[in-house]
Amino acid sequence: MGVEQKLGNMGVVTTTLETVVNWGRTNAMWPMLFGLACCAIEMMSAQASSYDMSRFGMELMRASPRQSDLMIVAGRVSKKMGPVLRRLYDQMPEPKWVLAMGDCASCGGVFNNYAIYQGVDEVVPVDVFVAGCPPRPEALIHGVMTIHEKVKGETFKQYAEKYK
Amino acid sequence: MDKKLEPIVKTIQDKFGAALEEFRNEAHLFVKPEQIVDALTQLRDEFNFELLSALTAVDYFPQEAPRFHVVYQLTSLVKNLSVQIRVPVNGSSPKVPTATRVYDVANWREREILDMFGIEFEGHPDPRRILSPEDMEGHPLRKDFPLGYEEPQFTFNFDEIDLRKPYAKE
Amino acid sequence: MSQIEEVSLEKFKHLVSERALTGETMLLNMGPQHPSTHGVLRLLLELDGEIVVNCIPDVGYLHTGIEKNMEAKTYQKAEVMTDRLDYMNTVGNNLAYVMAVEKLIDLDVPARAQGLRVILTELQRIASHLVWLGTSGLDLAAMSMFLYCFREREQILDIFELVSGQRMMTTYFRPGGVWRDVPVEFEKAVRDFIKIFPKRVDEYESLLTKNPLFIDRTVGLGKLDGAVALSYGVTGPPLRASGVNWDLRKARPYCGYEQYDFNVPVLNDGDVYARYLVRIQELRESLKIVEQALNKLPLGPVRSDNRKFVPPPRSEIGVSMESLIHHFKLWTEGFPAPKASIYSAIESPRGEMGLLLEGDGGPKPLRVHLRTPSFDNLAVLSQIVKGHLVADLVAILSSIDIVLGDIDR
Repeated sequence: MGVEQKLGNMGVVTTTLETVVNWGRTNAMWPMLFGLACCAIEMMSAQASSYDMSRFGMELMRASPRQSDLMIVAGRVSKKMGPVLRRLYDQMPEPKWVLAMGDCASCGGVFNNYAIYQGVDEVVPVDVFVAGCPPRPEALIHGVMTIHEKVKGETFKQYAEKYK
Repeated sequence: MDKKLEPIVKTIQDKFGAALEEFRNEAHLFVKPEQIVDALTQLRDEFNFELLSALTAVDYFPQEAPRFHVVYQLTSLVKNLSVQIRVPVNGSSPKVPTATRVYDVANWREREILDMFGIEFEGHPDPRRILSPEDMEGHPLRKDFPLGYEEPQFTFNFDEIDLRKPYAKE
Repeated sequence: MSQIEEVSLEKFKHLVSERALTGETMLLNMGPQHPSTHGVLRLLLELDGEIVVNCIPDVGYLHTGIEKNMEAKTYQKAEVMTDRLDYMNTVGNNLAYVMAVEKLIDLDVPARAQGLRVILTELQRIASHLVWLGTSGLDLAAMSMFLYCFREREQILDIFELVSGQRMMTTYFRPGGVWRDVPVEFEKAVRDFIKIFPKRVDEYESLLTKNPLFIDRTVGLGKLDGAVALSYGVTGPPLRASGVNWDLRKARPYCGYEQYDFNVPVLNDGDVYARYLVRIQELRESLKIVEQALNKLPLGPVRSDNRKFVPPPRSEIGVSMESLIHHFKLWTEGFPAPKASIYSAIESPRGEMGLLLEGDGGPKPLRVHLRTPSFDNLAVLSQIVKGHLVADLVAILSSIDIVLGDIDR
């Protein structure tokens, strides 16, 4: 954010409330600890020592949906899992974001059949899709960065309209 | 076929009138549904086939009699042998006696066959679906069950599919 | 989208004890979203205070229809499905599948391809056990295990990326051999790993094996008797920890495992700690196999030259009309397989990974059944957790090492 340069000697910084709120939201975005399939293993790799998502304030995976901001749908969503996934999404407090990780969650991937939802956007609204089968941890981190960019651009007016 | 397996196959053939098929050194024995529990019990107790490696079914649709084969793949750890037992079942209301009293592993595997093929196992202690949702209709692995293919979205048909895709609401 | 079903006790009446019907014991739902069920497993627990009276696993939340989907594809194209089956053992699943296809169509594989297959499958076994060690350490509150184990796993994934271009879903083994020869950097990468890994296993052991907290939470828990295990179809490390010496690599050697000198660790206790020790020893044994296979790795072709089943190399297509026709036919139509059925199995990190493959004379299989080890290994859970605390249930569940993709298919 570059606060240090703007501080000067007065210890005062002027900015908009939106910027401060969005800054806070992006730098402590807690994902839900929720793995479905193969992509969950790459999600774990992204959390582990080599890629280390805690650089972005995301080391804390919350097992409870009530404490999390970001749902990473890591893997294929079956017809049996769909309603459960929706309930988890409904339990998350606002504001919340969804990242569809991998081809299966984005569009069904190689599994074009009776058992799998052809894209998790049929179950929950998705903010960012990450391609790959499974995506590398770098790709996941890029997806998360993209969500951060999106959050930084949000305004209170948009929120007011969304939750009218 | 393995030399050590020959007397075992011979015994089962004589006792149950089982037909034998051989392919790539594997022995497949065909027994009738009502004999399967006895055959499995004898193979386990007398010939040490203590591991039921696989239990599944094959659908030969549109052939009706027999439409299904229920396949029991047995392994003997002591003798290091394998034998396959097949039970032909007809298409209309298929029923096979349960093998859960012989092998505990049959419990889940038979539930899977019930779920996927709709073959009933008489006397099964817990006949529920295992993999599919409870409210699902049909049995997915039957050949007359559609694969459920959905048309993929490309640039040329993007708008058309976008309109009919059931997107979720907030 | 259908709704979450409301379950009445009536449905589970035959599975719970009588005390549950009077309300004396409590029914508690664990999962499908739970940090220690290793995926989307749901357990219905009947609890008397903290004690588990009955445990009813409910699987299928990751049911993917892989078997049905494979039946709709040609033999070559169906292989990509096997990677996504048991996602900790992607290379091993490829091996199980290509071996089944090779048995069905009677295809020989060159010695170099066999050697490469052994090296990569054993590396995958190490990677799989590392994920198990890391996550089950996490379940028992040993957070640092997770970080250490994933460090070494990255090194193995780098080797996979080197040979195939993908970290996890390699599809590097093909019917008749492997996709292409390994690059020159391969040997150094594997040698580096062989050099560094024994010290790392010592490091893991120094953190856990004699750690009193770890011993308190593992010794004597989830006792599994060898005969019960066999009746439940349990295979792999849980079976070997219960005193049954059964490893398909020794009993029915494939891919030339008979040339390598390795031990099969067998312990008699059958508890969580024994399963841990078996897997730790398997890490060292697998490394021994990798080293021997690398030393013995012969030069030569990596694919069979039977053009009826194996596509010709790229270089030939430009100069030979016949190769072009073979290439075209194999990738559009596929190859026909006989109208017969085979069963072929390998030893995966979790147990016997078997395939029942039945051809109908055409280019697509009539039936592919995947005999996945986790499915049967999980079925025994309800027997071995009875009378244990809920906190110990987590330890027992992680000691079986289930992968939900493997169970639900």
